[in-house]
Amino acid sequence: MQYALLIYESPDAFSKRQDEHDEEPYMGAWRSYYKSVVDAGIYLGGQPLDIPETGTTVAHPGGKRQIQDGPYANTKEQLGGFMLLELPSLDAALDWAARCPAAIYGAVEVRPLAPRVHQRVTSARADA
Amino acid sequence: MRTLETVGRAVESVARESYGRLVAYLSARTRDPAGAEDALGDALLAALTTWPRDGIPASPEGWLLTAARNRLTDRARHRMVRAQSEPTLQIIMQSSDWEDRDLLPDQRLNLMLVCAHPAIDSDMHTPLMLQMVLGLDAAAIGRAFLVAPQTMGQRLVRAKTKIRQARIAFEIPGADSLPTRLTAVLNAIYAAFGDSWEDADGADAQRAELADEAIWLARLLSNLLPEEPEVRGLLALMLHCEARRPARRSSEGRYVPLADQDCSLWREPLIDEAERQLAHASSASRVGRYQLEAAIQSVHAERRRSGKTQWCAIVAFYDRLAILTGAVGVEVGRAAAHAEIEGPAAALILLDRIDSALSSGYQPYWAVRGHLLDQMGRGPSAVAAYTCAIDLTADEAVRGFLLQRRAAAANSQIVVESTGVRSS
Repeated sequence: MQYALLIYESPDAFSKRQDEHDEEPYMGAWRSYYKSVVDAGIYLGGQPLDIPETGTTVAHPGGKRQIQDGPYANTKEQLGGFMLLELPSLDAALDWAARCPAAIYGAVEVRPLAPRVHQRVTSARADA
Repeated sequence: MRTLETVGRAVESVARESYGRLVAYLSARTRDPAGAEDALGDALLAALTTWPRDGIPASPEGWLLTAARNRLTDRARHRMVRAQSEPTLQIIMQSSDWEDRDLLPDQRLNLMLVCAHPAIDSDMHTPLMLQMVLGLDAAAIGRAFLVAPQTMGQRLVRAKTKIRQARIAFEIPGADSLPTRLTAVLNAIYAAFGDSWEDADGADAQRAELADEAIWLARLLSNLLPEEPEVRGLLALMLHCEARRPARRSSEGRYVPLADQDCSLWREPLIDEAERQLAHASSASRVGRYQLEAAIQSVHAERRRSGKTQWCAIVAFYDRLAILTGAVGVEVGRAAAHAEIEGPAAALILLDRIDSALSSGYQPYWAVRGHLLDQMGRGPSAVAAYTCAIDLTADEAVRGFLLQRRAAAANSQIVVESTGVRSS
């Protein structure tokens, strides 16, 4: 079986990522967890997401595209999956999101990844 | 040797003429509007120290652009040390057209489309445009929108962070989505102007100080998109409204509704320009909301020549507008126009059809309702409606006007009762 871990974080935790100088214990905990899943041979992949404020929500009910600033806030629908796409701009991502079946019966949030955070978690450090 | 004052004026003049152009050009390349603004701000400061010593350069914009570019490159290099994936430096180094000011493409349309992007909260479209295209500071924008300067500053920063980190495209969208995107830009410009100008006895614009900026943006947009009739329609609408500004207040500062305005106070050159813009727009035969609204104002403006208002024409334009938008402001204006032809009872039926969720907090709805009920001799209902309108009015002059109307409605009721006459 393959499992996805869906990670929810508070605004406080998101802000802890920003400070590259005072990053412990937030970043330390992530590094150590990352190392343990890799060492266990169970890690298939994963990426941190950028802050929720960079999110855009697309819904396409009845064929009319609705775009909203911010993360998906409704509580009726539940997270059903995720896809990673390589695209040149948010506009291109929104076009693809609008074509997603879930945009018709639910909503699709588009959020950039946070490659810099990913790098800080996964790269071996001299002092580690 | 230039004096500091001369240099200050030169910098200011360049800033006013070219700020948006340079921000647009830089941020289209880096996709980082906040960074572009910072770099340009630093470049303007550098100009204030360098130009008195070396003289004002032949191409001030070129000089500023080079200085801003250098600043961006420095910062990108600094970031490169920390993050290898940073693409900014690459983008900057790739552009070869830095030095030639004449070849500098005008990307302010791209910038305006980004400011009014659907992924940005629509409340922030206008503030972003005022800051990035015109260089207004957060305090001035906050004042106009009745928001604390610090709060407005934070919202602007958040919006620019989103533009950069979510990588909103600085491209002109394709023909299929351009009309929708352009509408958002037009709405944002009109929101700067204040959109409750002539809705019947509507409140005065709280953002009067931004009217010039809004007109400037619409002029710019009509230069960038000369074949878009709605852009000219919006410009014509705002020019018509602006032309009446001197007549909107009496010498004692009292609010004067459109019907009572002294047409000789209207500013003729602005009306003429509005008429030219509207004629140009209608030659495209693609009617839209702003052209129709401008056409209504054009009919009102005709009163200065004929002494009469052609209400039939206004009703016809409002009927088309209502089909097009159905916005509460349009519905209320439409009812007020119908009242002039068919009387207050017919107009009241139109008002009653408006969704109360939309009308209950809309001041012009209550002002028009009060006026219609008063005409029908329904004094107490008129007084109640005027009271709602007064409660929703922040502008002192308009409040004074409505208080007067309410008192008249209360009095007319006494007269009606004492004479036993009822108009219906």
